[in-house]
Amino acid sequence: MSPADQSEPAAGDRRGPAAAAKAAAAAQGGIRGAGDAATRVGGETPDAVHLRAPEPGAQTASPRRARGYDGVVVTAPLTVPYVRYSIRSAHWWLGRALAGLLDTAGFAKGAVDGVCVSSFTLAPDTAVGLMQHLGMSPRWLDHIPMGGASGVVALRRAARAVQAGDAEVVACIAGDTNHVDSFRTTLSQFSRFAQDAVYPYGAGGPNASFALLTDHYMRQYGATREDFGKLCVAQRANALKNPHALMRKPLTLDQYLAARPIADPIHLFDCVMPCAGAEGFLVMTEARARALGLPFVRVRATIERHNAFPDDAIQYRGGWAMDRDALYAQAGLAPADVDVLETYDDYPVINMLQFEDLGFCEKGEAPEFVRRQSFTTDGSFPFNTSGGQLSVGQAGAAGGYLGLVQLVRQLTGTAGATQVEGARIGLASGFGMINYDRGLCSGAALLERGLS
Amino acid sequence: MTEPLARPKKKNPVARTRRATLPPAARSRTALGLVRAAAEGRFELQVCADCGAVQYPPREVCGQCLSARLAWQPVADGGTLVATTVLRHSNDLYFRERLPWRIGTVKMDAGPSVLAHVHEDCAADGRVRLALALDRSGNAVLHALPERSTPNMQDSPQMRELGCDPKYRRVLVSDGKSALGLAVAQAMLAAGASLVFVGDPTPWQTSAAFDRLVASDARVQRIELDVTDTDSVDRAAAEIGGKVDIVVNTAGHLRDGGILGATDVILARNAYDVNVLGLMRLAQAFGPAMCFRAADGTNSAVAWVNALSVYALAPLPARGAWSASQAAALSAAQTLRAEMQHAGVRVVNVFSGPIDEEWEQLTPPPKLAPAAVAKAIVAALVDGREDVHVGDIAEDIRERLRDNAKALERELAR
Repeated sequence: MSPADQSEPAAGDRRGPAAAAKAAAAAQGGIRGAGDAATRVGGETPDAVHLRAPEPGAQTASPRRARGYDGVVVTAPLTVPYVRYSIRSAHWWLGRALAGLLDTAGFAKGAVDGVCVSSFTLAPDTAVGLMQHLGMSPRWLDHIPMGGASGVVALRRAARAVQAGDAEVVACIAGDTNHVDSFRTTLSQFSRFAQDAVYPYGAGGPNASFALLTDHYMRQYGATREDFGKLCVAQRANALKNPHALMRKPLTLDQYLAARPIADPIHLFDCVMPCAGAEGFLVMTEARARALGLPFVRVRATIERHNAFPDDAIQYRGGWAMDRDALYAQAGLAPADVDVLETYDDYPVINMLQFEDLGFCEKGEAPEFVRRQSFTTDGSFPFNTSGGQLSVGQAGAAGGYLGLVQLVRQLTGTAGATQVEGARIGLASGFGMINYDRGLCSGAALLERGLS
Repeated sequence: MTEPLARPKKKNPVARTRRATLPPAARSRTALGLVRAAAEGRFELQVCADCGAVQYPPREVCGQCLSARLAWQPVADGGTLVATTVLRHSNDLYFRERLPWRIGTVKMDAGPSVLAHVHEDCAADGRVRLALALDRSGNAVLHALPERSTPNMQDSPQMRELGCDPKYRRVLVSDGKSALGLAVAQAMLAAGASLVFVGDPTPWQTSAAFDRLVASDARVQRIELDVTDTDSVDRAAAEIGGKVDIVVNTAGHLRDGGILGATDVILARNAYDVNVLGLMRLAQAFGPAMCFRAADGTNSAVAWVNALSVYALAPLPARGAWSASQAAALSAAQTLRAEMQHAGVRVVNVFSGPIDEEWEQLTPPPKLAPAAVAKAIVAALVDGREDVHVGDIAEDIRERLRDNAKALERELAR
């Protein structure tokens, strides 16, 4: 690990996220199970009555531990460089992503026999129509409409397909175009509940939805704009090392704080910028990757969850809180082992929820955690090392791939100027689909550097 | 606390009049259950008949037990505001023109968390009561209001958008000489209207009450207006049509008599001429200008009120010709509602029981005081309702109609 930002972390927190989380865990007497944390929060908050929800996992947690992903690897992290607006269609962006993957692996089209697609702007086509458009004849095809959770979920689906022999090589691609008016069109027709019960209320889009979550989180847990600003500023510093990032100017905390308000307490630099772009990766057997000489990462564990905690009055935790014990148990790892964290970051508050729900600190302690750590690629807690969506741009469904693709780069030693030295274990998490008042899909994957 | 509304300045005659925009109007058919409740000022959500869970947003099946037996029912309207935001950016034209705009998440006592427009006087984390209001697109929206009324709360920009408050607006009462017209004019003055034009259909006939009304307040202006005379209506529109924000059509023609008892249709024709064609003449003369002025600031054109009888919904055979004209007037009013919707001008239909006036002399009580109907009209405008049943008889007929329309037919025939 590189030296940390010396001024920021507390003593003992300076050796990267793995060490930092270990120190935090020691201070707290170990990372608690999701159930413990939730109970404690419920008991301590003034809103206890209206926030209390059933114990996570009480009804739905699987009694069986999932099988591992032995012999399955992820390789060929790919980004089709983003642009703010594009006159192309989603087909173009997805087609470029597939071509890029084939090129990286030195494949002819026929070598890819599985395809997994995510896109918001592909309509009226689905993955099926896209296959004819691209002239592909896969024997395995999936279309995952899960927004920011698409990357992790695609990985899970593809890994099982390869493991079971339903496909040899799965190309996972996500991409969207961004016409000048696409964002408004997508918003007004995003979902049945959004059409009936969200869009008519000011049509603020995700800015408004996250403003409400942020307002609640700040008042409940004492987070300040400076806390969110610290994350945004660090991500921007990371983005300046990433040639794919659309945001090219440095950002200071003063600039962050002085930005114009969008939906109180959300200000300009809390919001992702919609753009066009695509991301992708390949899932195949380890033997195949070795034969091709492709650097790869192993899949140690994954989780997904949908519509978690439906009785919470407002979202202050995501599905990760239900499943993180299963995640770490499947991998035989702990939060303290994680060297790089890539979360879904359309707004900074959701980063805080992921720090908590993925076990890097207790519920409600993310503000303090943020004050204690530093988040640049050379910081105490290397985080969103590409710059995240907040500084790279949000290319629709590709935003749900960004963290995972960057993590594969980190763990294959191909992250260029953003490389975190010695990164071995990484965690990428996804979050998607504000169908009504909260994000419904959550996912996470623990990945490990391969040997190749 | 809400700032009291400032009296609008005189309009700059060379400034462009802003065209009306509407909030997003697309809804699922199920969600339109909210409109049915909001139109009559009720607060209803879907309730599962099997497990009792209150549903929101509107669903096809119960989110708890998957039952398909979801019924719209009154539910407790209280809740706690758990989060708020003030929007300073919107993706929609209507809201862009009205920023900043406050919304929030309310945890209802009845169960669900709902997204709502939030009145500026609601305290963060405080108690609120939810109302179902009709927005300018004619769709129902949830509006979080302070649990107890606050000073000037009706003057907040959200209340002005969701209601049709007569305060600082200019009202035309088409027949100011009728008992109802006199009462409506007085009620509008009391509600803070800045001008009340009172139509005089019979300049050749003196009315002491009418003369007293005209003399009583500088805000009252008499205007000759006979809804059976196209020229008269056009002259009035040419004179005042550009400054009428609310029309209350009180012109009516009521006579006893069925169909078989007469040997001609003169009675019916006279009733139609006032009640149906009169409404159409008035609408053709005043409606287009109102639609054009539907976003014209504090005193924008907002509402068209039809004073109908509850017998528009089910005929009273003893007054069969008149009842038919009432039903025809209701049908015309519904078309008018569809036509004015594109501008966001609300059409309010008021269904009254018998009003205590000259032509109801022989009708036994209960009869409505004209002032009671006028009060109901003002309340409907302020609260933003569009279908109003006034008085015990109107409520009774509505209930009997909903319960068994065939039974009501037989009952009214007796």
